[in-house]
Amino acid sequence: MSIKADKMTWKIGGTTILHGVSLEAQPGKMLGLLGPNGSGKTSLLRLLAGLKQPHAGQVLLDGTNLSAMGRRLVARRIAFVEQHAATNANLKVIDVVKLGRFPHRSMFSSWTPADDEAVESALTRAGMGEKRNQGWMSLSGGEKQRTHIARALAQSPSELILDEPTNHLDIQHQIGLMRLVAELPVTSIIAMHDLNHAAMFCDQLIVLQRGQVVASGQPEDVLTEHLLREVFAVDARIEASPYHSRPHIHYLR
Amino acid sequence: MTKAGSRTGQWAAAIFLLLVSFGAVAVAVGVSVGIGDLPIPLKTTFQAVTNRIGLTSVQLNRIHETVIWDYRLSRALVAAFCGAGLALSGAIMQALLRNPLAEPYVLGISAGASTGAVAIVILGLGAGTVSLSAGAFAGAFAAFFFVALLSNGTRGGSDRTILAGVAASQLFNASTSYIVTTSGNAQQARDVMFWLLGSFGGVRWPEFALVSAVLGLGLVICLLYARVLDAFAFGDEAASALGVNVGRARIILFAVTAMMTATIVSMVGSIGFVGLVVPHAARFLVGPLHIRLLPACAIAGAIFMVLADIASRALIPQQVLPIGVVTALVGVPFFSIILYRFQRAS
Repeated sequence: MSIKADKMTWKIGGTTILHGVSLEAQPGKMLGLLGPNGSGKTSLLRLLAGLKQPHAGQVLLDGTNLSAMGRRLVARRIAFVEQHAATNANLKVIDVVKLGRFPHRSMFSSWTPADDEAVESALTRAGMGEKRNQGWMSLSGGEKQRTHIARALAQSPSELILDEPTNHLDIQHQIGLMRLVAELPVTSIIAMHDLNHAAMFCDQLIVLQRGQVVASGQPEDVLTEHLLREVFAVDARIEASPYHSRPHIHYLR
Repeated sequence: MTKAGSRTGQWAAAIFLLLVSFGAVAVAVGVSVGIGDLPIPLKTTFQAVTNRIGLTSVQLNRIHETVIWDYRLSRALVAAFCGAGLALSGAIMQALLRNPLAEPYVLGISAGASTGAVAIVILGLGAGTVSLSAGAFAGAFAAFFFVALLSNGTRGGSDRTILAGVAASQLFNASTSYIVTTSGNAQQARDVMFWLLGSFGGVRWPEFALVSAVLGLGLVICLLYARVLDAFAFGDEAASALGVNVGRARIILFAVTAMMTATIVSMVGSIGFVGLVVPHAARFLVGPLHIRLLPACAIAGAIFMVLADIASRALIPQQVLPIGVVTALVGVPFFSIILYRFQRAS
């Protein structure tokens, strides 16, 4: 077991954003969350990370209701990479990554070698080791994103939730990031727009449309020409890639 | 091994810096104590202080000794603590609201404290220093709750809190003016206006005892929350995702800043811009991490306020300028620079 959502409903004002969404992430696997703009992906991720409480339904982490767990306890398990996380404090890369150790330290405990180790390995994995002393304001968009990912990894999470993490990244870093997440020994839930990347790297896919789950399962079962037309309003042909045998989408127009 | 070595080195450097800073505060206080209508040499100043705390027993002019110990030293020390407290409050609010313009003065807490104090003095609700402080306290917390309510408790965005603060400032400043202008007593109104702009004139050892206790407690709580404040760098949601209990942290830290501000305003009037200017200068010197920033703010604020107090007494002979005039004259140009840079960045 890992994260499980059970018939969650979420409203902003009078508008219902999510209608009874249920899903279950397989331990150690990568779950891709797809859907057009405004389909409720970000709201769903926030509920799964415990940042908001659903108006109905619940999130279960290994069978425990997330809203019954303390914030710090949740943060030791679940790391969240937001879509637009900006700051006006000119923190160094290493200081941002060190923030990831926050849930593992009490108010009085000092920095330990274990903390150092987690930060070092996170920096290396995200490829930010050499820029560790650079100030936030001097980083490119991609470097900022990779710093956030390093910060999330420093939390030593067992569940990693990412909201469109490949935005702002060039193709090398997009592929690099997807591979990095796919190879991590953690359960990951990742919202994304690139359907080919989703097909290549994700173990499972869920498609949201207007706040409801319209498809879920293996990429080859979920990504159909019919679904692409119905949900994304595009005509496409899908074939198994001759190179990696995952589905590959050719957009027609 | 090298890591342990560098850590010991860091501690040594931190302790060295703290000692140097305390030295600087002591020198500023010493200079402040020496300056006044009755000039007293630094050596006499030093001896008078060591006499009183029992380290020496040099024969000194009794008037000199009394002036130094009972009037000027308490005044300089209160100034130092007030500067430290205002700078600390500014740093906390800027971090929590993620807005470079936040400080108790801008958020209306100082204005609320003034209204409370003025209501006590002019409307005559009670009498004496204790009730004036109580009025300032009540006013500061009234402003605090007004801002909290208007910005939708702890859930409103930081922009809303700033706007609510602006509204609170207007409301409470207007209330203060209303009370002052409708009071029949012209002399009283004049005294109040002078007090509103800030003055260290009346402070003695009892004030020092109160402000040092409140500020000491405030500083300890803020330092315990230093890492929490760092976690707010990317916003409330990011802090929450890192395991911070955002609602509780904000309430505790706002309450601590309101308590410090109320104590200070009730003693010396509302002094603006220290809470704005000093944290930015300190951030420039020691960086944005709060475990270093907060002590730096306290020390820089203390030095700044003691120097401002010296300037307020020394700029015009035979006359004391309100301290708020001095801090504003330094603060407004600095405020403009921040606004200008903020505009360009966004």
